[in-house]
Amino acid sequence: MKKLFGALRGVYIAIMFAFLYSPVVLMIVLSFNESRSSYQWGGFSLVKYEALFNNDTIMEALVTTLILGVVSAALATVIGTFACVGLLAVKKKLQNVITTTANIPLVNADIVTGVALMLFFAGVVGRMNNATLLISHVTLVLPYVVLNVFPKLKQFDRSIYDAALDLGASPMRAFFKVILPDIFPGVLTGFLLALTISFDDFTITYFTKGQGLNTLSTLIYTNRIRGILPEYYALASLMFITVLLLILVIQIVNNRSAQAQAPALAADNRKEID
Amino acid sequence: MTNKRNIWLTGPYLVWIAGFIILPLLVILFYAFTNPAGNFTFSNITAAVTDITNIKAFGLTMLLGFLATAICLLLAYPLALCLTKLKIKQKSSVIFLFILPMWMNFMLQMVAINVILEDNGIINMLLSSLGLPNMHIANTFGAILIGMVYDYFPFMLLPIYNTVSRIDKDLINASKDLGASSFMTFLKVTLPLSMPGVISGITMVFVPAISDFAIAEMLGGGKIMLIGNVVEMSFTKGQYFQGSGLALILMLFVVASSLIPGDDEAEASVEGGVVLP
Repeated sequence: MKKLFGALRGVYIAIMFAFLYSPVVLMIVLSFNESRSSYQWGGFSLVKYEALFNNDTIMEALVTTLILGVVSAALATVIGTFACVGLLAVKKKLQNVITTTANIPLVNADIVTGVALMLFFAGVVGRMNNATLLISHVTLVLPYVVLNVFPKLKQFDRSIYDAALDLGASPMRAFFKVILPDIFPGVLTGFLLALTISFDDFTITYFTKGQGLNTLSTLIYTNRIRGILPEYYALASLMFITVLLLILVIQIVNNRSAQAQAPALAADNRKEID
Repeated sequence: MTNKRNIWLTGPYLVWIAGFIILPLLVILFYAFTNPAGNFTFSNITAAVTDITNIKAFGLTMLLGFLATAICLLLAYPLALCLTKLKIKQKSSVIFLFILPMWMNFMLQMVAINVILEDNGIINMLLSSLGLPNMHIANTFGAILIGMVYDYFPFMLLPIYNTVSRIDKDLINASKDLGASSFMTFLKVTLPLSMPGVISGITMVFVPAISDFAIAEMLGGGKIMLIGNVVEMSFTKGQYFQGSGLALILMLFVVASSLIPGDDEAEASVEGGVVLP
């Protein structure tokens, strides 16, 4: 009986695994298909990758997506990290009010966040442009930075910072020399996560982008009537591999910082896992 | 570090919150209660809930939201239980594997699902090769439902897995020692203790499901109007006042469904991206 349950569990895990991975695997396999049709195997080839790199519209959208992601993640990381340091000096209740408000875009429906920003910008600057898109993405990813940096900062031993000040460091210098190295894993995780969220966004981009500008998501959406282009297979495969690598980096950084924490904490965790 | 002088460092953050979160929401609120002539009115709200196409769209959206949430729950709960019972060391890596597909670009996911569901797609190819009649799934309600379940599944799995894996094994053992069957133990111990995760999962699937327009557009072929599509069309057509009325109602649904207290820690971990072990 027990064995039967064990086997059933294995089967169920395998089925769900197949369900979640079939679209990904399908895109990767078909990306190497010589045939233009999705349903016939025409032999192994890289024509779809070639087509992708020769498609200026898609490449332009890819560059836009990358630049938007990196710039908005970097801005959010700077604003968010400094905000966390400042937040420590704020009373706990007020801290909660502030972070809860900042988290509204996480909890709220994307479409509401999107149209709210669009209406607001329409009133302030009239037409949507690159700046409105960038500001909207920073708004979207800012909470992810704070959620990753603030817990790390709370664990930081403040006497080290005080010691740096006592030894004559300016607060800025003390921040860069003492605090930042310590909370760096949180900052890096926040940045990388912000990057992936920005890459993946469709709804907020759709409402706040200027006319004529496209990220990958909005380009695919705009071209939906044209059906599935061969380039998409290659694009999906490359995007998946890229994000996989990004996430692996985040995981390694997280694991390192977890290992570096006090042994008492590790013992505590182990108890929980067992 | 708790130095009061550091408070100014929150400056840009606070400006950002006030300027780009609070103000835009106030703008929506203002538009929702204003007519094009600039006078106060309730008509945007009443029009939103009395218009026949809107009522239809609301009904369809709610049905889709409930179905997507229920299917996600029915698929994710057993999976979470199975995963916690796995006898391997790196459990966190296994859950990570289940979250990973979510990170392929959302639009490309939709493209992939279309390749599978199309009339001459993978599913029908398999059916034909088995000698079974083909199914028409693409551009139907069913296709949108499949897309939503696929896209939102991780949001259900993670919070449930988080709460189930935190349940103290001693409680389960005590229940069994005291003579309860495995089923009774599940019903009386595991299930109640995992409720916070379940509630979080429900909120995190239901909210995006009832506010979606992109999945409906990509997989429904533009034939099926959800409330998100109505909102999107009002705004792209420049009907800001009616659109805001609808957006406000949508927001009320979101607020209502987040009021039920769930597992904050699990929610924060999903949202904070600590989906990564």
